[in-house]
Amino acid sequence: MEATFTLDGQEVPFRPGQTILEAAKAAGVYIPHLCHNPEFKPHGSCKLCTIVVNGRNGSACTMQASAGQDVDSETPELQTMRRTILQMLFVEGNHFCPGCEKSGNCQLQALAYDFEMTTPHFAETFPDLGVDASHPDAWIDFNRCIQCELCVRASRDFDHKDVFALGGRGLGVKLIVNSPTGKLGDSAFAVTDKAAHVCPVGAILIKRVGFAQPIGMRQYDLAPISAEADVCEIPEAPHG
Amino acid sequence: MVDAASPPIVKVRIATTSLAGCFGCHMSLLDIDEHLFDLVGVAEFDRSPLTDIKHCGPCDIALIEGGVCNAENVHVLRELRSHAKILVAVGACAINGGLPAMRNRLDVGDILAQVYRNPHSGATEIPNDPELPLPLDKVYPINEIVRVDYFLPGCPPSGEAIWKYLTDLILGRMPRLEPEDLHFD
Repeated sequence: MEATFTLDGQEVPFRPGQTILEAAKAAGVYIPHLCHNPEFKPHGSCKLCTIVVNGRNGSACTMQASAGQDVDSETPELQTMRRTILQMLFVEGNHFCPGCEKSGNCQLQALAYDFEMTTPHFAETFPDLGVDASHPDAWIDFNRCIQCELCVRASRDFDHKDVFALGGRGLGVKLIVNSPTGKLGDSAFAVTDKAAHVCPVGAILIKRVGFAQPIGMRQYDLAPISAEADVCEIPEAPHG
Repeated sequence: MVDAASPPIVKVRIATTSLAGCFGCHMSLLDIDEHLFDLVGVAEFDRSPLTDIKHCGPCDIALIEGGVCNAENVHVLRELRSHAKILVAVGACAINGGLPAMRNRLDVGDILAQVYRNPHSGATEIPNDPELPLPLDKVYPINEIVRVDYFLPGCPPSGEAIWKYLTDLILGRMPRLEPEDLHFD
């Protein structure tokens, strides 16, 4: 007999080594997540996929499934906590959707839609972390970075370039670029890198394609994120 | 048809204002098209750019467009809050400052000095008429100034979204957007 655990009262089968998030996804059950992308090692930092396993909190993306676990995910308490996490992420950065090229393709925004987050609620911090437009094909708005480290993981594990890292401590944590000047243009970063295409928000953007797809016709305008796959495929490199 | 014996309709009083906004949300309100006839059947407007009434009396619903960027915005917002039973933040700017808040990383003194520098003489001539409201150091979302009851996101919210919200509020329901009407852009 196949091993199973219980997720919100439903039996979910799993293979040995699968995380709770992976097993749930394979069974067609969506657990909200932001820093997780199935192509990369789990990170467990955004805490959006927090679940309660046998009475204790854990991250569904890092916790291994095991037989007989009793997992709660879609409880009012967890959903409220997830919405609060989203609100804190919004006020920590400058997330002005109407002025952002990523709007409609942004996972942070799409999750806020799913959670009916109509207000960021907390006092805005309005950070001033700057913009790096030094690279000919891509630019970074550090004020939109949510520190999920997807670009760090992609550049390290997939591109083998180690272009990105998180530097600083506590509130001062910031995405940093591995180059003599600290500028993206002086790094080994290329627009064909995996790291150029994994940002779930509008922090790392490809130049000259921002509005190729009109607002209102984008991925999460057409279907909610709970029904969509993660954004990770590399589109064709821009020509010319 | 209204029965002759039925009591007269007590109309809902609505006040609206545009603070640090672009009037796009008010345009969207007008974009409810023929529902405007339904609306004026059950509601009347107090202070609003649509009526040109300068100060509002007691009202049921206040719709606030735009964030708070100067001293006058604070006074207007507080006046509407003190007179309205329900205050709704309409649109991205009222909810998180929106595009005007992109000035928040800059010093307001530097901005004024830059904008009002006379290109010919090089002198800075910042207008100082007492009629002009003083700008605030930052553009603030309205919920950082007053208590807000509901938030209607969008840039602007669509006419359908505004109409859904207004009908919910007028009928005494908790306002809620359909998923397809919930957009931040």
